[in-house]
Amino acid sequence: MNQEHPILRVEGIHKTLGEQLVLDDISLSVNKGEVKILIGPSGSGKSTLLQCLNFLHTPDRGRLWLEGREFKASGKRDLCSLRQQVGMIFQDFNLFDHLTALENVRIALVKVKKLPASQANRRAKEELARVGLADKAALYPAQLSGGQKQRVSMARALAMDPKILLLDEPTSALDPELIGEVLAVIRFLASTGMTMIMATHQIAFSATMAHEFLFMEKGRIVERGSPSVLLAAGATTRTMAFCAKINELSGDLGTAKNQTP
Amino acid sequence: MSEYWRFLQDVVIPALNQGLWVSTLLIVPSALMGLLLGIVVGALRVYGPAPLRKVNEAYVSIFRGTPLVVQLFFWYFALPHIQIMGARLVLSPMAAAILGFSLCSAAYHSEYIRGALLSIRQGQINAAQALGMTKVQTIISVILPQALRRALPGCGNEIIYLIKYSSLASIITVSDLTGIGRTIAKQTWRNIEVFAALGIYYLLLVTVATLILRWVELRISLPGFEQAKN
Repeated sequence: MNQEHPILRVEGIHKTLGEQLVLDDISLSVNKGEVKILIGPSGSGKSTLLQCLNFLHTPDRGRLWLEGREFKASGKRDLCSLRQQVGMIFQDFNLFDHLTALENVRIALVKVKKLPASQANRRAKEELARVGLADKAALYPAQLSGGQKQRVSMARALAMDPKILLLDEPTSALDPELIGEVLAVIRFLASTGMTMIMATHQIAFSATMAHEFLFMEKGRIVERGSPSVLLAAGATTRTMAFCAKINELSGDLGTAKNQTP
Repeated sequence: MSEYWRFLQDVVIPALNQGLWVSTLLIVPSALMGLLLGIVVGALRVYGPAPLRKVNEAYVSIFRGTPLVVQLFFWYFALPHIQIMGARLVLSPMAAAILGFSLCSAAYHSEYIRGALLSIRQGQINAAQALGMTKVQTIISVILPQALRRALPGCGNEIIYLIKYSSLASIITVSDLTGIGRTIAKQTWRNIEVFAALGIYYLLLVTVATLILRWVELRISLPGFEQAKN
């Protein structure tokens, strides 16, 4: 990996929502092909941080570079150009309810990338096939299961050829039996070298592919390191304590199985 | 009985048929322009820049806050007395009525549209923005297609109202259904037959409009946007 030229770098991000300081001096950088996992209790600022990385939230302070070029949230052209290159996956999918699966994937290709209709169509079909939903192209979001909706939303983001993908708890709104199909797509993306930052509670799963865990608390990154170090047997890290708590609550089952090598 | 029937057939129906045509010429353009303007005003009230938002709020409160008859009187009787840069605008009764109906109807439409726009979840907007769409693209390609489907029952209601308040055009001398009905009633003193027949004409107009609106609703219905079926 090229350590000198990170894909995405932010420095000193601050964000206040209402009275509360949600992000307190966050800096991070992601190299090509890296997978970084944001973990931490709810309300720790994971979602807000992800939304500051594509300026869905405007940071109060701080700077952002994509492939070495600085982007400013105040410039409209900067804003749209950054968002075209940074894909985002939402916790509750946010598919466009009035469009079919195919149209959902196609709309930004036509409106934003200005591809001709036939080319956009072909690309949208390819992306749907890639997430295993070629046969659902004509269905509307209301006719899809949660897992299928999330896969369509991944196809929609991937069709834009993003340089980096931000995933905001992509499986948190899913029934347990539907989580697997979404995780499979994420694992596939990681294997193809997609650069990703993901907020998640699927710790055992993400430990298998993460280059770094970032543990957030009260708007700060309080701990960072590779999962093998943070989650080593006997480690006394905050991350470990947090995971132990999650495992206790979820009955230890899936995680214990995955953690034994 | 047959005498009544002959009166209807020979006098009332031919005259009202003429009025029906005039009423249609009032209602159709007013409904279309009112709806179109209502969509624009509604969208500006929710997504427009602050000064435009204020102007549109003021427009709606004036047109919802004054009687339609007063508005019609203003366009027809008062407007010709107002000089703008040496020019006066004198509207024909038809033009004054269509202007008055469109502006009044749009004010009400904008309220239905505004409600529907506000019902679209923030997530839809976030998703569009995250793909790099501009604000205008987001409104036109994502928000309005969903909001209009939600607003249609309310807007349909307003169009039905419009059909009936179009009868006020007769006050500024338009020979629409009501204007003609009143003339025959005055000449013949046969109020029962004339006004009963007049009511039936409006009932038919509203029925046709209801069928058209229902057809449109079916045409644009999508999974997840269905109106409750019984």
